[in-house]
Amino acid sequence: MDKVLSLSVSPHIHSGRTTAGIMRDVLISLAPAAIAGTVIFGLRALLVIAVCVASCVLFEALFNMIVKKDQTVGDLSAAVTGLLLALNLPAGIPIWQCVIGSLFAIVIVKCLFGGLGHNPVNPAITARVFMLVAFGSMTVQSFPTVVDTVAGATPLPSIAEGNAPDLAELFLGLTGGAIGETCALALLLGFVYLLVRRVITWHVPVSFVGVVFLLSLFKEGFDVVQALSLVLSGGLLLGAIFMATDYVTSPSTAKGKLVFGIGAGLITFMIRYFGVYPEGVSFAILFMNILTPYIDSLTAHKVFGGRKA
Amino acid sequence: MSFFLSGVHVPHRKHTAGQSAVYMPTPKTITLPVSMHIGVPARPSVKVGDPVYVGTPIAEATGAVSSPIFSGISGKVTKISEMLLAGGNTVPAVTIESDGEMTVDSAIRPPVVNTREDMIEAIRASGVVGLGGAGFPTYVKFNVDPSRIEVLIINGAECEPYITSDSLTMVDRVDDMVYGLEAMKKHFGIRQIIIGIEKNKKRAIASMQALAKRVSGVTVHVLPAVYPQGGEKVLVYHTTKKVIPAGKLPIDVGCIVCNCTTVAAIGNYLKTGMPLIRKCVTVDGGAVKTPQNVIVPIGTSLAEVFDFCGGFVTAPEKVLYGGPMMGITVPDLNAPILKNTNAILALTAEETKLPKPTACIRCGSCTNACPFGLAPSSILRAYQKKDTALLEKLSVETCMECGCCSFMCPASRPLVQTNKLAKALLKETRMKEASKNG
Repeated sequence: MDKVLSLSVSPHIHSGRTTAGIMRDVLISLAPAAIAGTVIFGLRALLVIAVCVASCVLFEALFNMIVKKDQTVGDLSAAVTGLLLALNLPAGIPIWQCVIGSLFAIVIVKCLFGGLGHNPVNPAITARVFMLVAFGSMTVQSFPTVVDTVAGATPLPSIAEGNAPDLAELFLGLTGGAIGETCALALLLGFVYLLVRRVITWHVPVSFVGVVFLLSLFKEGFDVVQALSLVLSGGLLLGAIFMATDYVTSPSTAKGKLVFGIGAGLITFMIRYFGVYPEGVSFAILFMNILTPYIDSLTAHKVFGGRKA
Repeated sequence: MSFFLSGVHVPHRKHTAGQSAVYMPTPKTITLPVSMHIGVPARPSVKVGDPVYVGTPIAEATGAVSSPIFSGISGKVTKISEMLLAGGNTVPAVTIESDGEMTVDSAIRPPVVNTREDMIEAIRASGVVGLGGAGFPTYVKFNVDPSRIEVLIINGAECEPYITSDSLTMVDRVDDMVYGLEAMKKHFGIRQIIIGIEKNKKRAIASMQALAKRVSGVTVHVLPAVYPQGGEKVLVYHTTKKVIPAGKLPIDVGCIVCNCTTVAAIGNYLKTGMPLIRKCVTVDGGAVKTPQNVIVPIGTSLAEVFDFCGGFVTAPEKVLYGGPMMGITVPDLNAPILKNTNAILALTAEETKLPKPTACIRCGSCTNACPFGLAPSSILRAYQKKDTALLEKLSVETCMECGCCSFMCPASRPLVQTNKLAKALLKETRMKEASKNG
């Protein structure tokens, strides 16, 4: 036999799961929300999505070229960041702000910390918070009016005043908000896809949304419709399903994920009711990102058989 | 305390399941390295030119943990030379040329076993070692105060992909197993025996349930079909709910774990006096023309066994002793079938394709796959920093090297591979400290 046999240490087979495959699944799971956003807010939404995705991929490619690192855009994580960022922005946002936001997400938050896996906080969330603070991007002017329902950044303030839109309209997303956050139906479709593909587990989304629902229910005097309206409004579902489950910046064990979800739910609730901003999902996730290393070390699996004596 | 031991779903690829084993014609030569077990290598007891028969001892056990080796063919010793084993050590190997007669050694007769000591001696003399793959001399396991043995667990999990030779034992060698189990019960005072089998091995389960009706004290425990059920600590936990503490043995929680083929080999020796001279080996992998279970004399070269199975349809990328999750790659096909070889696999490049390693995305797949709840990605970072204190804290020595972490890692990082290095590093550090203090 001519061919030399390869020698290596076991295992000799692999599950076939790859980072790029996981990121591809995340992109697919976000497609319904992106399509719904385009239908609801028009082609301007599609332009924002295209610009954010293209800028994120381009900035990562350029960064790798400049610092002479192996090219990593093939892992699709930059595309995911771009898409998530876009879905968190209003359709009317100036395009130059999209580009700056993408630059911030990819270069400052991700690449300068060492690239995928090394960023302490979620790039898209952090960029959204940066844009909110720096440009006031989430102001009413950037949000196009949808049909003849409540206009504005989010229906949250009007719900708080007791002018809740119809639950069915909220579920379909025919209300004000960022491109990808309004259509609960599309987001839940993506959630089911991610669960079926075993990309994420239920722990973070269910505990996060569950805590917000229960606290709202309590605060609203056990008015279920009102509490549901609060759950379906703002960036809660988008954040809880797609951003709070980011592998890099959330805990890895089931116990840790529950701590993360409950914590994020609490903070979201507190900001919504007691903060100066109408919405607190981004801040809540960002804060829990920072706590993640501590949650991880406190919720590590118990080792079977303990340590060697 | 209760644990959920995870694990992974590996592809089964048990192409040879349900087939009977085939006897291979006598090979022209066999080569027997004197170390096919954990412990001190045996010492050759024959010279070049000596005639040998089927069952003739060719190397004797030396030291407290060792095992004798026997010829599986008749003929004469033609060579004793150094051989490099797949594990990296070099030991003497005895080459025997067949006379084609397969004459049985006239000294072969069943051992006389009346006491516990006789039984230990018989198991030692049978040359039987852990046939599940570990190769630990079986008599050493049983050489404990019999009052400590509460339960004997028979490992029929066979959780590695491809391999079906243990299932065949449980279907085709029931009488040998019964003989072995009855003797163990009688001489070691064992009252409870649990046979653990993964639930997807229906024929083996049915056969062992029938055995349980014949032998009192035996129960069959059906295990989930999740790799690695055959891991000793996993098996003990799932069959008895007992947790073996780190650094301890099954006997420390009152258990002895013994592979099903090991039991059959002991039973066969007690019944006939024929020591361990042949093995049923699963020959499989995408490169093999006719995958099947083949019964061959120990010492037969892999090349001859593969040739018997129709040779290769494509050139194999890797040839393994054992399964793809924990098996050892073989450098060349002249390597012999060993006592603890339960399968030889010739894998194509496609079958054994591993993705290129990329950055850790902290997804937690490794720690969620680990049956023991270890954190392989943290261990990898600690090893890169050579932080031995942290490695100890992360309990890397608990790792059984099952490979679930590497199998699942989407970044294809060398996780279990690093665990092995980290374990070696800790051992080395301990030895250095001991020599400094001592």
